[in-house]
Amino acid sequence: MAIGLHESDFKNPVVRWIDQRLPVFTMMQKEYGTFPTPRNFNYFWNFGALAMVNLMIMIATGVFLAMHYAPHTAHAFDSVERIMRDVNYGWLIRYVHMNGASMFFIVVFIHIWRGMYYGSYKAPRELLWMLGVVIFLLMMATAFMGYVLPWGQMSFWGATVITNLFSAFPLVGEWIVSLLWGGFSVDNPTLNRFFSLHYLLPFLIVGVVFLHVVALHITGSNNPLGIEPKGPQDTLPFHPYYTAKDSFGLVIYFIVFAGFVFFAPNYLGHPDNYIPANPLVTPAHIVPEWYFLPFYAILRAVPNKLGGVLLMFGSVAILFVLPWLDSSPVRSMRFRPMARIAFLLWTVCFFVLMYCGAKPPEEPYVIISRIATAYYFAYFLVILPLLARLERPLPLPESIARAVLGGGPLPAGAAAKPMEKA
Amino acid sequence: MFRTKLKAFAVLGGLLAAAPSPAGAAGEAIAIPDTRFSFDGVFGTFDHASAQRGFQVYKEVCSACHAMRQLSYRNLQELGLSEQQVAAIAAQFQVMDGPNDEGQMFERPARPSDRFRSPFPNQQAARAANNGAYPPDLSVIVKARPGGADYIYALLTGYADPPPGVTMMDGMNYNRYFPGHQIAMPAPLNPDQVQYADGTPATVEQMARDVTTFLAWAAEPELEQRRAMGVKVILFLTILAGLAYAVKRKVWADVH
Repeated sequence: MAIGLHESDFKNPVVRWIDQRLPVFTMMQKEYGTFPTPRNFNYFWNFGALAMVNLMIMIATGVFLAMHYAPHTAHAFDSVERIMRDVNYGWLIRYVHMNGASMFFIVVFIHIWRGMYYGSYKAPRELLWMLGVVIFLLMMATAFMGYVLPWGQMSFWGATVITNLFSAFPLVGEWIVSLLWGGFSVDNPTLNRFFSLHYLLPFLIVGVVFLHVVALHITGSNNPLGIEPKGPQDTLPFHPYYTAKDSFGLVIYFIVFAGFVFFAPNYLGHPDNYIPANPLVTPAHIVPEWYFLPFYAILRAVPNKLGGVLLMFGSVAILFVLPWLDSSPVRSMRFRPMARIAFLLWTVCFFVLMYCGAKPPEEPYVIISRIATAYYFAYFLVILPLLARLERPLPLPESIARAVLGGGPLPAGAAAKPMEKA
Repeated sequence: MFRTKLKAFAVLGGLLAAAPSPAGAAGEAIAIPDTRFSFDGVFGTFDHASAQRGFQVYKEVCSACHAMRQLSYRNLQELGLSEQQVAAIAAQFQVMDGPNDEGQMFERPARPSDRFRSPFPNQQAARAANNGAYPPDLSVIVKARPGGADYIYALLTGYADPPPGVTMMDGMNYNRYFPGHQIAMPAPLNPDQVQYADGTPATVEQMARDVTTFLAWAAEPELEQRRAMGVKVILFLTILAGLAYAVKRKVWADVH
C-alpha cells in the first residue's frame, strides 16, 4: 500500500481505489454496517430514520415546487393552483410536500417523546439531545414560513399574528418586526424573504442533522432499558438487523403518509387557506397549523402579551436544559414508577393544549389551557428535580442481554411492559 | 364525510382523535346536513352528466357574478365534452387580448386555452355592481369552506323566510346555513331556471346538486386520478410491508 493511502478492506478494485483515497466506503461500513447497536430497540427507535427520510422527501418535493412557484403576492396563490392543475403530477408533489410537513411533525413529536420517556437526553447524550432541539426549532421556523407561501387567508393572518408576537419584546421588538416584514406590514417583501429562508433553512437542518448523527455515533444509541451495552453480547450490527427493522417501519410510515396524500390531503389543513390572502378581511378565528397548537395554547393562556410570548418560546427552550433538570441517574421510565406517571400526565397535557389551541379563546378553554400550561412547566421545573431526589427507582437489569434473552429473573419494571420481541 | 372515512384507515387514528382538526375550529357552529354525492367516500368519482349540467347552471346563472379564473375552457374536456363542444363553448365568450402590432388591446372570441372569462374586470367593479358585497371566485370554493360540498349544497338550498324576531339588514337574505344567516346573495336558483338538454327536471335541489358536483370537480380536478393512484399505492405498500416484515423476521430469527 502506498504511503498516504487509507487501508481499505474492500476487494472490488474500483471501490478499493476510491476508498483508499476517500474512505467513504469504510466509513459507511463502520457507521451503518457493523455499527454496534443495542439489541433491544423497540419500534420507537424507527422514528429517527423516519425523520431523516421525511427531511429528504421535503427537500426533494420542495425543489420541484420551487420551479413552478412564484413568490409574489399577486401570483403566489395562482401559481400554487397552477401547480395543482397544470404541472404534471403537480398535485401529487404539492400534497406530498404539504402533508409531508404534518408527517414530519408527527414523526418528530414521537421521536422527542421517545427520548423523554427513555431518558435519551441524559449523560452522555446531552449535546446530542440539544442538537435535536435545535433541529426542532429550525423545523418550526421552516414550517411556519412554508405555510405563508401559498398566500391564502391563513398564510397571511398567521404570518401577521406570529410576526407581531416579536413586538412584545421591549426596545428591540418593533425593530425585529419590521426586519421580518421588510416594511410596515406583512406584504410582498415578507413573502420574498420567507420564500428565500424557507429554501435555506432545510439545508441548515441537514447540517445540524449531520452533527446530530455524528454525536449519536460517538455515544451510541440509548435503548428501552436505558442501561449501557456492556459488551458484544448486548449489541447487534446495525446491518442487517436494524436496516431490516427500519425498512418495515418505513413502509408502515409510507402507508400512513399515502393515506393522507391520496385520500384526505386537506384534512390537516384549514379551508380558509384556499381563500386568497386579503389584508382587509380578518378570518373569524386565526388558527395555526395543528403542530403549533400546543404552543399557541400556551401563548394564549397568559393574559400578558410578553409573558405569553416568553412562555411559548420557553416551552421549547426548556428542553435545552432538560438534561440538567432531571438529575436522576436512571434513564428509562420503565424503572421510574413515579416519573413515568408524571410524564404520561405531561403527555396528556400536551394533547389537551393541542385541543385548546384549536378552540376560540373563551371559557372553559382558557382555564383548561392555564392548568395544562402550569403542569407542562411544573413537570420540568418542579416534578423532575424533586423526583430525582425522592423517587425510589426499580432495580435495573444487569445487562441488556440478560434482560432480553433471559437467564435470570426479569426486573419487575421490564416485565410490566412486554419486552419488544423483535 | 371525509372525517369518518379517514379514521377507518388511518393507523394514527388514536392520535387524530386526540388532535382536533383545525378545520373544525373556525366558523359558526351550524350543523351542515350530510348530502350524498357521487364523489363521496374513498372510492367516489364524479358523476360526469351531473357535472356537465352543473356547468350549464354555472354558465347561465352563477357566472353573472362569480368568476372561476383558475379554470380554462379546455378543462371541460375532462368532464367528457368533445374538443369541438369545448371550442364552441369557448367561442361564446369575448376575451381581451393584445396588445397587437399597433399596441392596441382588442377583443376576440375565447379559445379552449383561455381561462374562464370573469364577469368583472376587478374586485372593485364586482363590489360596485353588488351593493358592496364581493361574489367570491368559485374555482376552489369547495375546498375553501368548512363542510365542503355539503355546505355549498346546503347554502344553495337553504334560503328561507327569516324566522320571526330576526331583523334583516338592508339588502340581505336569510339563509339557514350561512354563518350569521344573513347573506348578500339573493336565492340564486329558482325552479326551471335552466333547461337541461337531457330532460332532467330542473328543480332547485337538482340544480344545486349538479352545480355542487361541478364545483367539486373544479376545486379538485385531480380527485379521481388521485384516488385511483392511492388505491394502487396502498395495495403495493401493504404487500411490501408484508415482505419487509417477513425479511425482518428472518433476519432476526437467529438472535432471539
